Amino acid sequence: MPDPVSGAGAYVAAAYIVFVTLIVVYVAIIGTKVARIERELESLARLVEEPEP
Amino acid sequence: MYGSGLRPLSIATAVATAAAAVLIFFYAPIEADQGFSQKIFYVHVPMAIVALLGFVAAGLMAIKHLRSRDRSWDLRSYVAIHLSIILGVGVLVTGSIWAKASWGHWWRWEEPVLVSFLIVFLLYCVYFPLRFSIEDPDRQARYSSVFAITAGAFVPLNFVAVRLAEQVLHPRVFSQTGGDLPGEMFLTLMVSLLAMALLFVTLWKLELSAKHAAQQLKRLRARLELQSERRAEGRGPVPAGAGADGGAVATVPAHPTSA
Amino acid sequence: MTRAAAVILRKDLRIELRTRESVPAMALFAVTVYVLLHFGLDRDTLDGDLASGVLWVTLLLATVLAVNRLFANEREDGALDGLLLAPIDRTALYLAKAAALFLYLVLLELVAVPAFALLLLSPGLGGALPELLAVLLVADLGLAAIGALVAALAAETRVRELVVPLFLLPLLVPVVIAGASATEPLLAAPQEAEGLGGWLAFLALYDTVFVLVSLAVFDFLLED
Repeated sequence: MPDPVSGAGAYVAAAYIVFVTLIVVYVAIIGTKVARIERELESLARLVEEPEP
Repeated sequence: MYGSGLRPLSIATAVATAAAAVLIFFYAPIEADQGFSQKIFYVHVPMAIVALLGFVAAGLMAIKHLRSRDRSWDLRSYVAIHLSIILGVGVLVTGSIWAKASWGHWWRWEEPVLVSFLIVFLLYCVYFPLRFSIEDPDRQARYSSVFAITAGAFVPLNFVAVRLAEQVLHPRVFSQTGGDLPGEMFLTLMVSLLAMALLFVTLWKLELSAKHAAQQLKRLRARLELQSERRAEGRGPVPAGAGADGGAVATVPAHPTSA
Repeated sequence: MTRAAAVILRKDLRIELRTRESVPAMALFAVTVYVLLHFGLDRDTLDGDLASGVLWVTLLLATVLAVNRLFANEREDGALDGLLLAPIDRTALYLAKAAALFLYLVLLELVAVPAFALLLLSPGLGGALPELLAVLLVADLGLAAIGALVAALAAETRVRELVVPLFLLPLLVPVVIAGASATEPLLAAPQEAEGLGGWLAFLALYDTVFVLVSLAVFDFLLED
């Protein structure tokens, strides 16, 4: 295989990198969403365990 | 519930992706005219096909929503469109890279898949401002579904039209995204397509699961706040189902079948 | 149901006749675009594919104007609630609006096409007129069917004026493709009708699909 970093190889790499980046960014977004869910769940749990005023 | 089956699905996706990668780089032959840059084909085309199918599937789910009034179908439709748009960005960018690599230009009007994809992408981008400009959750779901159905019907028609147009404009001498592929390339393409489809479904379920959990939490919080208010006022417990239904709530089917 | 549709249509046409809001604006807009393109393209005359393209794109942009205004009466006076309370099929409203839009487009073309021939077209309309009319009519059907649906979809949203062009125009790309491709040989010198049948057939398919989709889906739009 010719030097992969120049010429055609660079383009192929770029295309696959775009693909992987999209997926990773997407997962990161879902990750932040899940983190937010976790925090919300925690605060709700505290609300439930609050002693009667 | 939405997240059921997520682990086997992810494993299947990982296996398929690995298999596809192996086939792409070690099995599929180097194409005569385009050389190594033809390998982009194996990521660009599956993304395009899966994204288009995603849009059409979203239309079908929207039909189910309107017929059953079950808002969980609208949620599924929304996530499918959301994912397909993200894939759509990928299609346009990888298509552009491929065009540059093979033909020296960053765009090719001769390639009907790319062109019809641009049109579809522009169309579906409107889904989000439309959806989020409607506050009432029921109306939001209904209008989104109407959009998804209209746009879903449009996708195949548009593809046909663009293909016809390009045939007139640029008689296709050499087909890149179809036509006769040698056996090894076809197999590689199929496996890549399978991997992409599995990835789509996995991410779709993942996002659905997260969104659904967030909605449940919203409802739960509303109920709990109502409850502590009532407790503070010295009244009885909140009757079942009397949560402040302020946010968009998806009705959850009793026995959700993971789509 | 067709009677209800006819009643609504008559009302809309009477209002349009009295206020003259949509059609004159569309016609003016079309001529303005011709002037803009004369300067933009730096051409005194157009023929063949350029002429075809200018004609169809102008037509589509004028349709956006009309679609934006299609439910204006109902919106401004709150007449929509009145219509919804009446014991008529929602589809009657759709038929009426689509028919109105179709008529507006035909009226527009009665002005815009001759104006185009006068201002920019070099070979002149002459022999190809009947074929051109056929293409325009079939295309107008599709424009009207989709335009009415999009108008209803966008009618009650905050971002209506943005959604209408952004949603409508991509949906109408096949109409431009078919219309322009069919019209191009008609406006070239020498004039001939090449491939007309195929493009007309496609337009007919397109119209059928979207009329059916709109009819199926319209009821869900004005439920409140």
